[in-house]
Amino acid sequence: MIAGRAALLAGTTVLLAPLFLFTDYHLFELTLAIATALAILGLNLVTGHTGQISLGHGAFYAIGAYVTAILMADYDVPYWATLPASAVVCAVVGFAIGLPALRLRGHYLALTTFALAVAMPQILKYRGLEGLTGGVQGIVLAKAGPPFGLALTPDRWLYLFALAVAAPLFLLVYNLARGRIGLAMAAIRDHPLAAEAMGIDLARLKTGTFAISALITGIAGSLGAIAVQFVAPDSFPPLLSIFLFVGLIVGGIRSEAGAVIGALFVQFVPDLADQVSKAAPGALYGLALIAVLYLMPQGAAGALRRALAPLLHLRSGGAPAAGTGGRRANPGGTRHVE
Amino acid sequence: MAGVLHQLVAGLATGGIYASVALALVTIYRATHHVNFAQGEMATFSTYVALTLIEAGLPYWIAFALTVIASFVTGVVIERLLLRPMARAPALSSVGVLIGLLLIFNSLSGWLFGYAIKTFPSPFEATTAKGLLGGYVSAHELGATAVTLAMLLGVFLFFRHTKLGLAMRAAAYNPASSRLVGIRVGRMLAFGWGLAAAIGAVAGMLIAPVVFLDPTMMGGILLYAFAGALLGGIDNPLGAVLGGFAVGVIENLGGAYVVGTELKLTLALLIIVGVLLVRPAGLFGRALVTRV
Amino acid sequence: MSSLLEVRDLRAGYDAGEVLHGIRLAVDAGGVTVLLGANGAGKTTTLRAISGMLPVAGKIYFDGSRIDGRPTEEIARIGIAHVPDGRGTFLELSVEENLRIGAYLRRDRSVAADRERVFGYFPALRSRLNQQAGTLSGGEQQMLAIARALMSCPKLLLLDEPSFGLAPLVVREIFGLLRRMRAEAGAGILLVEQNVTLALALADRAYLLEAGRIIVAGSADDVARGEKIRRSYLGY
Repeated sequence: MIAGRAALLAGTTVLLAPLFLFTDYHLFELTLAIATALAILGLNLVTGHTGQISLGHGAFYAIGAYVTAILMADYDVPYWATLPASAVVCAVVGFAIGLPALRLRGHYLALTTFALAVAMPQILKYRGLEGLTGGVQGIVLAKAGPPFGLALTPDRWLYLFALAVAAPLFLLVYNLARGRIGLAMAAIRDHPLAAEAMGIDLARLKTGTFAISALITGIAGSLGAIAVQFVAPDSFPPLLSIFLFVGLIVGGIRSEAGAVIGALFVQFVPDLADQVSKAAPGALYGLALIAVLYLMPQGAAGALRRALAPLLHLRSGGAPAAGTGGRRANPGGTRHVE
Repeated sequence: MAGVLHQLVAGLATGGIYASVALALVTIYRATHHVNFAQGEMATFSTYVALTLIEAGLPYWIAFALTVIASFVTGVVIERLLLRPMARAPALSSVGVLIGLLLIFNSLSGWLFGYAIKTFPSPFEATTAKGLLGGYVSAHELGATAVTLAMLLGVFLFFRHTKLGLAMRAAAYNPASSRLVGIRVGRMLAFGWGLAAAIGAVAGMLIAPVVFLDPTMMGGILLYAFAGALLGGIDNPLGAVLGGFAVGVIENLGGAYVVGTELKLTLALLIIVGVLLVRPAGLFGRALVTRV
Repeated sequence: MSSLLEVRDLRAGYDAGEVLHGIRLAVDAGGVTVLLGANGAGKTTTLRAISGMLPVAGKIYFDGSRIDGRPTEEIARIGIAHVPDGRGTFLELSVEENLRIGAYLRRDRSVAADRERVFGYFPALRSRLNQQAGTLSGGEQQMLAIARALMSCPKLLLLDEPSFGLAPLVVREIFGLLRRMRAEAGAGILLVEQNVTLALALADRAYLLEAGRIIVAGSADDVARGEKIRRSYLGY
């Protein structure tokens, strides 16, 4: 299919172009954006696809970052080798959190995960764990350099590395979402009782999704740590979880492209808005969040898809509205049967 | 022993603040089944407004009253404009709007009033000198607790003995039947939000002299309030109030003797998780007894 | 228009589709009209439509003015009290609070007197005043629901299957009360019922609803003697 190949070519060009066009600093920022996009991708699995609202994914990001930092600083593990370890640890933690999460739904689950996000910095600062975590001061990491003596600056190399790590994960989620498991996740999100009646093992799917979601966000955290070369408890405040959530909704839930758009939004809005005032980024996030929920619940990705669909003859498939059930909000209020 | 008693008393003092915020959370939850994630930021913003009025020269209690009224109105407006349309939307949408409100109020506080830590005056004498009740409490702690208890009592009497209070409870329990007896349910929800915002403002103004005012003031407090509301029963105002006091005591005793002050927020997390897993209705949440 | 309530060409339904396909009925002031029909015929939908709980097409006249399209709270305000299917009891409130909320719209001083009158009809409630309504038996909850509706001094009472799920003795008692109420209170009653015999004995007018259309209409006596009812319900 020509359109498919053209898209692939265009996509690869767009992704590799920055190597030649941008400065090291900009590439560093893009690398962070990739990490953020990956983190949002992870969040998308539980909140977007399975309908389990998480306001605490920053915790997994933090855990991944710290696993990488501790292995690199204390055990001299090469940066790339820390990723599998981070993945395993986060998957286990994700599963452990997914188990009690089975009992919670909607606002209750959001509240519990939010509590996790708020408590996380304190846990990381805990003096009892200081030997491991470096306490308030955190851990400094060595710069990751290109292998085989390639003639690339570390920042350029890291950008490529991040792409190489993120791309297969994006592909994994893309396939997962469009296959049988994606259907099962949608069933759980929209009609949990019916799903169970049809034989879908709710518990296994929900905890499994949590585990994979945590794994992906954890790897994102590792990437972030490697890029920034520093972890500290205050790098992972509750706002981090909220920003991931904002990126998810604004970018477009259940959309892999949405994760990227959301990450770019979350990453670069502060750069622009900071010039106006310190308060501007938060306000912009909040306004964008509310605006998207009211005006385009499918997020930026959804809006783009609708706009481009006639041009590219894309199927306008995809879920109708943010959240469960595909029911839209009713502005103005309507009478209803109760 | 003296230490325990001290922690107990201090715990009750802060517990009063948690109880107030918990009551605000429960008021909204009962009516709308939404957890108001923005409750803390709204209270902080109200406290800043009060400070502005006081710095403009108004006497404390006038500023207090005006702030309470303004907060009530703000709550009503927010419910009417932002949340009414989300009433039938899935949980993700309403959570999103509330998080958006959290961000906006937080930013507004920073933008309008700056990020520097400010002192907030107390209408009672010294804020730190613990001269009363045998040296266990400061004048502010005692006064704040008195105001809190008075407010809680007032709210309780309002809900129990006034027509409007009964109508608000009815609208929260059974909107359909409420319409059938002529109650304008939408209006009741808006009042509920207004009341919660007003209660939050009072809580903010009472805690600010102790923890100092900055845009992040209510972050931890909100978590403790959540824990208290869940512990007591998130659909039971009296339970939530008791839960708030309990969490205050647990926090202080736990922080002093068990986990250390650094992990106090983790205690809140553990309480939340524990309650939701073991007994989601909380200690006093009514498991409804019905006969068909 | 001499009727208290008049419904003309009423259409209503839910997302799944239209349930009422243009029905016509009337209730006289002080009279009892019964709406009969099998499950799924649309009886409850009819009451809900009159109460403003659904969007409707057609005309509904109450006391001479059009009320179709108005919200439920407003319809309650003009004097229609609806005891819904399932009774709609405020389960978390006490019996006393249920009665008090029934009088929500009243501003006059005779609410206490009306409460006494209601206790006259339902003496069992007086002894259960502070009990949580959810703990009452089915029959008691039904009485409470009717009592709650009476507390607003309505001009028209809409009753949805008051006999549902209740023991025959209790049903007899309730219908006896309805008879007394009709004599004393002067309100019109639109009764939806499955218990055909008792309902027709009480009513002045009767309608038979089948699949969203009125197929029989007339005085209760005529309908009781008529073919269709006998065939459908009494089996001969």
